[in-house]
Amino acid sequence: MPTPILTAAQKCFPNLEGKEDWSIKGYEKRGGYKGLKDLLKADRKVHIEKLKASALRGRGGAGFPTGMKWSFMPDPAVTGKPSYLVCNADEGEPGTCKDRDILRFDPHTLVEGMVVGCHTLGAKVGYIYVRGEYYDESSRLGQAIQEAYAAGYLGKNILKTGVDVDIHVHLGAGAYICGEETALLESLEGKKGQPRLKPPFPAGFGLYGCPTTINNVETIAQVPPILKNPLEWWTQHGRPNNHGTKIFSISGSVNRPINIEAPMSIPLKELIETYAEGVVGGWDNLQAIIPGGSSTPMLNPEQSGSVLMDFDGLRELGTGLGTAAVIVMNKDVDLLRVMTRISGFYKHESCGQCTPCREGVGWVYRLMSRLSKGEGTKEELDQLFSLTKKIEGRTICAFADGAMWPVQGTLKHFRHLFEEKINDTLTR
Amino acid sequence: MPTIRTEAVVVGQTPKALGLNLKWSKTAEKSIKNIIARYPATQSRSALIPVLHLAQREFDGWLSVDAMQLVADTLELPYIRVYEVATFYTMFNLVPVGKYHIQVCTNCACLIGGSDAVMKTIEEETGLKNGDTDVKNLFTITEVECLGACVAAPMMQVTSTHGSHYLTHLTAEKTKEILSHLKKGKNPADLADTPPAPDVDPITNNKYGA
Repeated sequence: MPTPILTAAQKCFPNLEGKEDWSIKGYEKRGGYKGLKDLLKADRKVHIEKLKASALRGRGGAGFPTGMKWSFMPDPAVTGKPSYLVCNADEGEPGTCKDRDILRFDPHTLVEGMVVGCHTLGAKVGYIYVRGEYYDESSRLGQAIQEAYAAGYLGKNILKTGVDVDIHVHLGAGAYICGEETALLESLEGKKGQPRLKPPFPAGFGLYGCPTTINNVETIAQVPPILKNPLEWWTQHGRPNNHGTKIFSISGSVNRPINIEAPMSIPLKELIETYAEGVVGGWDNLQAIIPGGSSTPMLNPEQSGSVLMDFDGLRELGTGLGTAAVIVMNKDVDLLRVMTRISGFYKHESCGQCTPCREGVGWVYRLMSRLSKGEGTKEELDQLFSLTKKIEGRTICAFADGAMWPVQGTLKHFRHLFEEKINDTLTR
Repeated sequence: MPTIRTEAVVVGQTPKALGLNLKWSKTAEKSIKNIIARYPATQSRSALIPVLHLAQREFDGWLSVDAMQLVADTLELPYIRVYEVATFYTMFNLVPVGKYHIQVCTNCACLIGGSDAVMKTIEEETGLKNGDTDVKNLFTITEVECLGACVAAPMMQVTSTHGSHYLTHLTAEKTKEILSHLKKGKNPADLADTPPAPDVDPITNNKYGA
């Protein structure tokens, strides 16, 4: 049975394609800010319980249950310190571009999410860390925030509920690593974006040493609709533990690259054929698919034909949902060149803090550059694989893991491409 | 002849002040006050990255040692705290750039979508390669990492005093159009796929966020 196509009332982001007004007028017309007063009057524990029941998992890549994450936050009355909600809009994983469309076409979903989130977490101030390149997008977000202040949805005593929330936008300056939550906090504090050693976790010691929760744009923006609607509105989609709707960014060799909100657990093939008008040259012309942004290992055509797009379905195949950025490569694409380019990306973006990553990622890139041109030996392919295993899991943050997985995926599914190139060189 | 622009020119060498004697404009001073007000009173260091963006806007699109020193003095930070941040982040230019800084994404989705044709067209039209600035100081060309507009690939970002704008769904033809538009000195926002909100400049706007 085909997965149903979502109606506007079933979506968290009805204006994701930007066909309607993105300002406060358009958002209120679509039902935005309705019921906000009731959410702000309700007890925050009720909200956290509902989020736990909804099985909402973080949309930024790791898929950590949001309700549980939010329950770690201590009560500000007990700690005597301010709490913070920080929104991670430092979108930079190659293939991922969903937050950009939220920011430019539906920024008020995020503003409302920040208000509800700050109330639920007991925070009076929220920061939205937007990547510095999103200039036009943060301009629109800035206007949305001004509109929300003017309409009384932000500021002191919101809608006479006694809740105070201030939101500030902070521009980054071009560092992929600042999407890692503790690197983001460092950057927000005006330092180099180098991840912190955990523990302590941000819920105990985050921004300025105060309790902090960091969530992706999509996660925060999905909270108000989940809390406003009956639980079934959300849990009717997707398999258990993977419920809800999700924005999929489908790019690469498809006829119509698109950001689309669809139910979780949709089959990958159906996703591409329904919304992106299929692979260029037909499904049989498919070479490989990266299912969740450049860090996730690729799928071969056989796996792509049967996998369900959710956290658990992809984990079973040794890959991950990540940010749900589907990058499609058909047979016309020079796959080794693309994967080498991705390795080059990680070399450029390593923050340089841990030796295995700083030295290793560059080493892997140089090996990939050489081997993808057929310069090298087959033994070096084994060396490359063993090298990736020695970098993975030996650093402070998951950046190095994310840099190694795509290389391992390439070696797993497309070792023969390397070998063909090497044979070509030998027989030349 | 294009001048070669590489990061190695600055990183690894002892940076020298140029004696530019820079001062903030009146509007910039007001912006800085508003930026600092976003953060708790004891945490003005948080304003560093936004103020560096502002400095880059004020002083010809790049951060000279003098500009970084001014930022350090303004925020009462040691110079090294500013320098280490300015060298860490890609968006801060440590050498002069052209009036229009053209940043072409060549990462996976754009590579599949045809960023090679974009780079080739730029080279044919301007004679510039990755990292070059032309002698008239009009263009700087940089290949950059994923800019997060992958469903609109291939794409580029053009940074100027008008801000940074995304020009998407590029082809060789469209790249030519963009270059001739810019050669006339026009605003790249005219061709952007997302016009910014009319009154909100994220780098200088004084009402912004509060």
